[in-house]
Amino acid sequence: MSSLTFLISILLLQQVMTSGVLSYELGGWQPPWGIEYRIDKLNAFVLLIVSAISTTVLFAAQTSIEKEIDKNKHTLFYVLYLLSLTGMLGIVVTGDAFNVFVFLEVSSLSTYALIAMGKDRRALWASYQYLVMGTIGATFILIGVGLMYQMTGTLNMQDLSQRLPEVAQTRTVFTAFAFIIVGVCLKLALFPLHQWLPNAYAYAPSIVTAFFAATATKVAIYLLVRFTFSVFGLSFSFTTMPLQTLFMALGLIGIFIASISAIYQKNIKHLFAYSSIAQIGYMIVGFSISTVTGLTATLLHVFNHALMKSAIFLALAAVMYRLGNVQLNNFHGLGRQMPLTMAAIVIGGLSLIGMPLTVGFVSKWYLLTALLAQGWWPVAVLILLAAILAVIYVWRIIEVAYFKEPPVNNAAVKEAPMLFLVPIWTLTIANFYFGIDTRLSVQVAQAAAQSLFGITP
Amino acid sequence: MLTGLFNYWIVVMLMMSGLYVVIAHGNLIKKIVGLTIFQTSVFIFYISMAKVDGGTAPILADDIMHYSNPLPHALILTAIVVGIATVALALSLVVRIKAAYGSIEEDEIQQQDNQFEADKKVRKEE
Repeated sequence: MSSLTFLISILLLQQVMTSGVLSYELGGWQPPWGIEYRIDKLNAFVLLIVSAISTTVLFAAQTSIEKEIDKNKHTLFYVLYLLSLTGMLGIVVTGDAFNVFVFLEVSSLSTYALIAMGKDRRALWASYQYLVMGTIGATFILIGVGLMYQMTGTLNMQDLSQRLPEVAQTRTVFTAFAFIIVGVCLKLALFPLHQWLPNAYAYAPSIVTAFFAATATKVAIYLLVRFTFSVFGLSFSFTTMPLQTLFMALGLIGIFIASISAIYQKNIKHLFAYSSIAQIGYMIVGFSISTVTGLTATLLHVFNHALMKSAIFLALAAVMYRLGNVQLNNFHGLGRQMPLTMAAIVIGGLSLIGMPLTVGFVSKWYLLTALLAQGWWPVAVLILLAAILAVIYVWRIIEVAYFKEPPVNNAAVKEAPMLFLVPIWTLTIANFYFGIDTRLSVQVAQAAAQSLFGITP
Repeated sequence: MLTGLFNYWIVVMLMMSGLYVVIAHGNLIKKIVGLTIFQTSVFIFYISMAKVDGGTAPILADDIMHYSNPLPHALILTAIVVGIATVALALSLVVRIKAAYGSIEEDEIQQQDNQFEADKKVRKEE
């Protein structure tokens, strides 16, 4: 199923790139009355990311859940996984503000259940906390949508964007904007609303983490871009509302606090979960620049971060399969016992730092270009400094895995099975490929960003 | 002014008390109750919004000229279903948490987790 959606999204992307926006009327009702599925370059791009990652991750799922989930729950796992995927794809394709809420809940509810499937009992607690936070976030979005409907009488995003400017100076629209932004930011785990994320990532089954880390927050970023750029409009979001200063500050603080927390983690899944929060900070900084290059950097990083994080978390799933846990002090000598898996983690880590030839370099390069074009060099310096923090936490893993002797009783640990290595290395090679040949990712991201700014190429 | 917006005042009150309960209470069931109140306030908000003065139910009949806006009703029907699903899932999680931790108080669960981490450290040092 998942590979089918992958194929479809490749075809969709091709079609959107050549012939422009696609629109599908659900049930034959004409928009703005009926629900419209609308696909432009941005949607197609995010669709491609989500379906590609989910397909690759599913290859490794069979082996991984053998160890982590009871046999009689395997069917349930696949059902929930596909439901969650459906929800995410739904959020991305729909052109109707209320439909976003419904799909958001479809994907969230199945995700809560997936997280609760983790072996550790703390998975239950993490899932509960995420449920409370996620429901508050989704309800905030619902309130915002209601307020917008009250002012304009429409739910279609296209229609909203035309009618909102007339009433943009009212307090109701300000409130609607605030509710939606806070709700979406809860979902994308922007600092300081990130509290649910580390535990949810750490205690969920490894496959779920790999899928989830690479897609869920990306879909939320998409929502943020969609609401601010398409629905409320650029001038309202960035001129009337102080979004730029706010997001720039929160993004930067988020990068530093999360990176520093990552350095102190003993559980490697925790470590990379904090690093995810930091990477979201980069996306938000790019977003807050509000120029075409800035937005291109954000979208590129959405794509690139999905590649690196899914590779890393899949490799961690392989470690989990062999070792049964991912505590840092059990990593001793793992570089020799599982060379291919560890190499993938190291390459993913280098990509997080932003080494040239990896994808991380490309998106950071665009981010710095965008910052310097605006003359914000202090921010650019801070971004470069933050990379050093990433070096530290990646180095901690390398040091333990390659320079410590393996414990004697642990000699039975060997390389992960083929079913893991193939998807892991597909993603790792993609990390290099898109770091060297940036034509596809950059072109699409740039085209999407330009279309959001109303520039027709 | 006050009476005209009566519904909305109720909505805001319920919304705030719901959120307060979620944040302030340590009992997991009470948190869910708060969450439900919070969600319900939004339902009332949508329904109040749809009401047209002097309008009747949105049905097609010859003698009905004014009727309330049916769309928010349909939307809220969906949202209620979503809310029920959320509460059901949350309650079943609480059941599992009770089975795993033997408690449904937030601070006790937190304490047990901290204890667990500390024990592990001790075991390692031995």
